[in-house]
Amino acid sequence: MKDWFQAWLPRLVLGPGFLLILFFVYGFIIYTGYLSVSDSKMLPSYGFVGLDNYERLWQLRHWTGSLKNLAIFGALYIVICSVLGLFLAIMLDQKIRAEGLLRPIYLYPMALSFIVTGTAWKWFLDPGIGLEHTMHQWGWESFEFNWIKSRTHAIYTVVIAAVWQSSGFVMAMFLAGLRGVDPDIIRAAEIDGASRVRIYRRIIIPLMRPVFLSAFVVLAHLAIKSYDLVVALTGGGPGKATELPATFMYSYTFSRNLMGIGASSAIIMLIMIFSIIVPYLYAELRADPRR
Amino acid sequence: MKTTTIAASVALVLGLSTVTAAQAEDVEVLHWWTAGGEAAALDVLKQDLETQGVGWQDMPVAGGGGEAAMTTLRARVTAGNAPTAVQMLGFDITDWANEGVLGNLNSVAAEENWDEVVPTALQAFAKHDGNWISAPVNVHSTNWVWINKAALDEAGGKVPTTWEELVTVLDAMKANGITPLAHGGQPWQDATIFDAVVLSMGNDFYQKSMIDLDMDALSGDEMTEVFNRMEKLRSYVDENFSGRDWNLASSMVIEGSAGMQMMGDWAKGEFVKAEQTPGEDYLCIRFPGTQGSVTFNSDQFAMFGQDDGDSDAQLKMASSIMNPVFQSAFNVVKGSAPARTDVPNDAFDDCGKKAMSDLAEANTANSLFGSMAHGHAAPAAIKNAVYDVVTQHFNGELSSEEAAGELANSIEAVL
Amino acid sequence: MNKLSARKFTVWRFALYVVLFVFAIYYLLPLYVMLANSFKPLSEIRQGDMMALPQVWTLDPWRSAWSTAQIGVQATGLKPYFYNSISMVVPAVLLSTLLGALNGYVLTKWRFRGDGVVFGLILLSCFIPFQIVLIPMAKMLGVLGLAGTTTGLVLVHLVYGLGFTTLFFRNYYAAFPTELVRAAQIDGARFFRIFWRILLPSSGPIIVVTVIWQFTNIWNDFLFGASFADADSVPMTVALNNLVSSSTGVKEYNVHFAGAVLAALPTLIVYVVSGRYFVRGLMAGAVKG
Repeated sequence: MKDWFQAWLPRLVLGPGFLLILFFVYGFIIYTGYLSVSDSKMLPSYGFVGLDNYERLWQLRHWTGSLKNLAIFGALYIVICSVLGLFLAIMLDQKIRAEGLLRPIYLYPMALSFIVTGTAWKWFLDPGIGLEHTMHQWGWESFEFNWIKSRTHAIYTVVIAAVWQSSGFVMAMFLAGLRGVDPDIIRAAEIDGASRVRIYRRIIIPLMRPVFLSAFVVLAHLAIKSYDLVVALTGGGPGKATELPATFMYSYTFSRNLMGIGASSAIIMLIMIFSIIVPYLYAELRADPRR
Repeated sequence: MKTTTIAASVALVLGLSTVTAAQAEDVEVLHWWTAGGEAAALDVLKQDLETQGVGWQDMPVAGGGGEAAMTTLRARVTAGNAPTAVQMLGFDITDWANEGVLGNLNSVAAEENWDEVVPTALQAFAKHDGNWISAPVNVHSTNWVWINKAALDEAGGKVPTTWEELVTVLDAMKANGITPLAHGGQPWQDATIFDAVVLSMGNDFYQKSMIDLDMDALSGDEMTEVFNRMEKLRSYVDENFSGRDWNLASSMVIEGSAGMQMMGDWAKGEFVKAEQTPGEDYLCIRFPGTQGSVTFNSDQFAMFGQDDGDSDAQLKMASSIMNPVFQSAFNVVKGSAPARTDVPNDAFDDCGKKAMSDLAEANTANSLFGSMAHGHAAPAAIKNAVYDVVTQHFNGELSSEEAAGELANSIEAVL
Repeated sequence: MNKLSARKFTVWRFALYVVLFVFAIYYLLPLYVMLANSFKPLSEIRQGDMMALPQVWTLDPWRSAWSTAQIGVQATGLKPYFYNSISMVVPAVLLSTLLGALNGYVLTKWRFRGDGVVFGLILLSCFIPFQIVLIPMAKMLGVLGLAGTTTGLVLVHLVYGLGFTTLFFRNYYAAFPTELVRAAQIDGARFFRIFWRILLPSSGPIIVVTVIWQFTNIWNDFLFGASFADADSVPMTVALNNLVSSSTGVKEYNVHFAGAVLAALPTLIVYVVSGRYFVRGLMAGAVKG
């Protein structure tokens, strides 16, 4: 009896948390899936309408535009954050005296909510009162930086602010990775006469592969979920130039009382997220022989 | 009472929760007047209720002109934990009434004769199937223009009364080297100007296009002309307008770097805060061509039916809201006009007095219309469809002809 | 020869420091905008030079944001909402960290058939967009009788934080030598005793990472706080939003910025104080595949 209990104890410990997740995450996803084929407007309603909501969704220019914006934003955000994070981590790893001062400076934006830093960014990027204005006052009259006001460039300002927020965190991940590299490998390479740049390019950066993967997962999910940022910085404008799927979903579900369409966009978002994460996860769990 | 005790002791035992279950004589109020003067003004109502023995549990949720509060409301109603009273706008009230969850205020309305004193256009929202379901607090009118007096004097000094005169003044201001029109490029601000321009094409046209949603009116030549005028106004806006908060635009008018702003009467608060006097430092006029007509939005408090039946407190609250003394005190601070026509105007400044007389005049002349930009002409889905088109056009993504066609199409798509 | 390489070396070091400090400026700029404007009187902000240092320094915005600003009908400032947030954040962080640690322990040291799938499902739960759970979650909280309570909020944050805490601990414990666990088992130690005596004492770094992550996310959450709290349990971020996003009121930007910095202080302190351990903790497991 007691042995039986001991044998099942691990599963009993894991059980409650797992059941919570099954219910509150997967149960709710199934529920949303049902809403997406229902006639829900302001509140959930359960009349079945087939794939109507999906058809209407894909006819909305607003939706396809938000997907395009996500593609631009997501790609730039992930690439710049990773490159910048790695670059800063390598720089910081050169036995810098001020590391204790610099590291929290790079890291702190992650600690702030965008409810108000959004306003600070908005002002800073605004040509009339922010950087451009200041440069003009300092005498650099031809300086121009008005992306946030431009339909074609506003999305890049969202990237600037988003990179500001999370690149420090990525830097910390890479820094941890760099500190974990076995110093003997580097010493051996140095004895062989390899240059610094070459050691980084050929030995250390390839060793960072798992960190790249972790960073990619973290960044991809932040990119797809980006909401506060856009609302605080541009409100989706100018026009619809910075609308993202997350803001689209909120707007249709809660502001426009078209919950069915909102739910169908949520399902598409989930499919997108899972199609990025699942292969990664699969590869990761497969390549795991020691456990 | 018993369940309250149990809930309280459970909360104590858990040691986590600080919940105090609402007393029978409490109202929990969900609203978005969360900061500054308007929140302080609402405190008057709270104190009034407390003298009547009704407690006030405050539940403010700011964001997006009430959108965040409406999201909260949906979560609360779904959880079976609806607040007792909720600030609401226009069609939201109708939508919730259709769900059958709103309380009935007929007894107090009959006693205090609301039918006589509340403008008919407001009753369209405050009553549902002949029953009073909400108590209106104020009437904001949205077709105002706020003009810097000195800038106008320099530009000829003549207050514009027609579209052509407006263009003349704006041109003169431009020639004087200031930004003629201070504006913030956010969809609701674009749509606020759009409202006024549509109304300037005549009361019938506003009624047909914005309220009856007549497809011919929405896509016709007059609508194209509306968009042409929007394009004209766009040319008087500085290049950094996009995304600017409305109060920064007001500051431009106050500082004199811009000539005028087209904005609802909440903008007056900025001028008051900067210690300016109407008539001396700034002027408030109706959008040229809309004199005698008013587009409005009205904040109202709707009451949600409760299980434990504390409707007595709700009726007291409704009655306090409609009290002329509160209506005067609150609206003086808020910049709006009282939601009843029999409130004395002594406490109001010149713009406030004008707002009240315009409102009364529009009410009798049947030229008081719900504002499309502020959710009083059509439900949320249509309002947002209008936002989409107006904003795209204002940002140069559509020509005027295309915009008129697109307007009809996108409204039809969500009807 | 030596001299030359030494000079090259210092030039290189100098360039390195310049680059690092230029980036520090990029990261500090928004904070500068917030701080500079929080010490200005409103009239100075209205004049329009947002990037300048204050001409007249004032502490009034800070006082106002902390204790006298109007938040809803009460002129209480942000002060009372700190307690609400703390009483929500502390239990939520502790519970989710503890459960995450136990999950990670089971998933690495007491493996069973299908544990990979279980872990996969737990991990995927990190990626759910929170907007879609609002309505069904509200319904469930109502059914459980937790609507509008701090306990309800703790439950919500526990559920949606569990994926990350499990991930962190699972990766950390995967690198922990299983032989030690087996040896203890042979000595007769049982499940909880092994966890308590062997794994937990060496989990310091990963606990720091998990606590920082959870503390930041829960402290900064707005959506759940706005939807599931009622008058008595409103957290800090919702109060801050009430202070700054009032739509038709006069915007006191200086007070907003002061309030924003005040609201962020706990997380900022956590980051600065434990920054070193944070990297060490990440190093110890969270970033390994």
